[in-house]
Amino acid sequence: MAEVQDVLARLSLFADVPPAQLEAIAHRFDEEVFPEGERVLRKDLRGSGLFVILDGEAVVRIGDEEVTRFGPGEFFGEVSLLTSEPPNADVVALTMLRCLVIPGPDFEPFLLEQPRVLYRMLQAEARRLRNTTEWKSGS
Amino acid sequence: MEERVLSPFPPGDYDVVVVGTGPAGLQTSYSLSRAGVGNHALFSADDAPGGMFRRFPIFERLISWTKPDAPCERHSREYERYDNNSLIADEPEARGLVAGFMDRSFDVPARGEMEAGLADFAVRAGIQARYGCRWTGTRREEGGFVLETTDGEYRCRVVVFAIGMTDPWTPPLNGAEHATHYVDTGSAESYRDKRVVIVGKRNSGFELASGLLPWASELTLVSPRAVDISVLAQSPLRARYLQPYEEYVRGSAGTYVLDGSIVGIERGADGFRVTADATTWDGRLAFAGDEVILATGFRVPLGDLRELGVVTVMNDRVPALTRFWESVSVPGIFFAGNITIASRGLAKDGVAANSSSVNGFRYNARVLARHIGERLGIEQPRPKLSGEEVVPLLIDELARGPELWIQKGYLARVVSFAGEGISDEGVVPLEHFVDGGGGADAAAVAVEMSGNGTIYPAVYVRRGGELAEHELDPHPSRAFDGDSYRRDVERLLRPLLALG
Repeated sequence: MAEVQDVLARLSLFADVPPAQLEAIAHRFDEEVFPEGERVLRKDLRGSGLFVILDGEAVVRIGDEEVTRFGPGEFFGEVSLLTSEPPNADVVALTMLRCLVIPGPDFEPFLLEQPRVLYRMLQAEARRLRNTTEWKSGS
Repeated sequence: MEERVLSPFPPGDYDVVVVGTGPAGLQTSYSLSRAGVGNHALFSADDAPGGMFRRFPIFERLISWTKPDAPCERHSREYERYDNNSLIADEPEARGLVAGFMDRSFDVPARGEMEAGLADFAVRAGIQARYGCRWTGTRREEGGFVLETTDGEYRCRVVVFAIGMTDPWTPPLNGAEHATHYVDTGSAESYRDKRVVIVGKRNSGFELASGLLPWASELTLVSPRAVDISVLAQSPLRARYLQPYEEYVRGSAGTYVLDGSIVGIERGADGFRVTADATTWDGRLAFAGDEVILATGFRVPLGDLRELGVVTVMNDRVPALTRFWESVSVPGIFFAGNITIASRGLAKDGVAANSSSVNGFRYNARVLARHIGERLGIEQPRPKLSGEEVVPLLIDELARGPELWIQKGYLARVVSFAGEGISDEGVVPLEHFVDGGGGADAAAVAVEMSGNGTIYPAVYVRRGGELAEHELDPHPSRAFDGDSYRRDVERLLRPLLALG
């Protein structure tokens, strides 16, 4: 497995972050590996964080229904942090899953320190919203 | 030669093999015996118990305290909360041993006092170990593993590596070869009147800086990550080694604590030149040093386990672990000791467990031993409880349970309400309980800490497959056995108690 910093450098979320700051991010936050089938984000449980997928796939589940999947470079957990409410769905590792974890209390300070990451995150959210709207309108 | 023949645990077949005779190996072996896993071997390459404490910390003082006197008896379970360094045992005579070796010149033990406490534990708890036996290789075999050692081959169904994070780790740095790693730091006197650059601002970096303050003419600590006082407030580091940081914050001459990503270390005619790109402001820093020490940490000496398929995290420094400290990729390979920090648990609000130090991993080892016992088909005791006993037990654990107080938000005390009655399930990882833990109706209590450092009791209730999380109010003196807590726990458990 490559250095966390090198993996982050390839992700669009961190594309605008200079190498020195990227190294600081890799030092500051932990990397975690989840075996296949393990819950990463838990419905109705408080206190989670933002998960950025470095490798592997995760699935969002409500009950037995699969809602969506996330792959390398994508992230989840931000809605719960932004709304200060526990997640409304489980996120489960579909394969062995490697993530960078930004704990909840660090989320806001981190984004304020890294406005370019915040902007990239907003772009990703906009794409998700558009996809959901297109899906709902049947286009 | 005769002595070797008489050594315990000769090569052969065992249910479990434990590698390592530091605190984690000793605690795991002890706990396996108590969990009914008598057929296990314990060995290490060392020639005496103690592990890393036979050599580290370099400046001889631990960062975790022990109070030799406390409002409870030294050999009681309750005393464990006052003693972050002794191993744990069922027998009073094997409990709280480190305090007996402390000369009270500090509130923390010296390295030698810790080592003596561990050796005393091995004697009093009757732990046998084979010393001078080095693990050299690993193979998978039908039903388990073969460990190759300098004494011969050990076959086992399950292996526990309690081998510490003991290999010096150096990140890829230009010019790293010019620097000395922490493990090769010379005596403090050898840095007299020298400009010393320390790369790293975690425990070992500050430990060195603190030890060298009376000797070096100038000290510069540099690493990419900023010192976070809010995190340090919850760490033993604050009280122990922060003087260099305080000196820098006050603007004292000769001590610098900087945030920078190292660009390179160059050797010049009059010492070293270290350059770094600042990470918390724009610009490049350059400083001169007569010595450069890399306090960049350690990694687990995994030997050939990567080739066997053991997946790692933290830049390949530690194995990725399940909630029961098993390799996520090679079932049957477990880890004990400070390596268990790799299993983060729920980490609610990002609060980490104390698994990197003895006070935390001694409890992990006991939970691990029970888990391995069950894996091997050895039933673990689950005392039956009457309905009247449940709330007092859980309240008492919330108020005083050392496992819950030291492994906050990580270990939980669980009571199950199955068809055959109410059972005390003992201490388990909270994450295991939350994610199913067998699926039966049950309740768990844990002591948790929020992101801003508030300590509060938490109650988790699972009924009909649905889990509910209840975070109770904090209390200024942490008296979680008061009437209001008792009423809260009774109210939350009422539906389960009506069933049980």
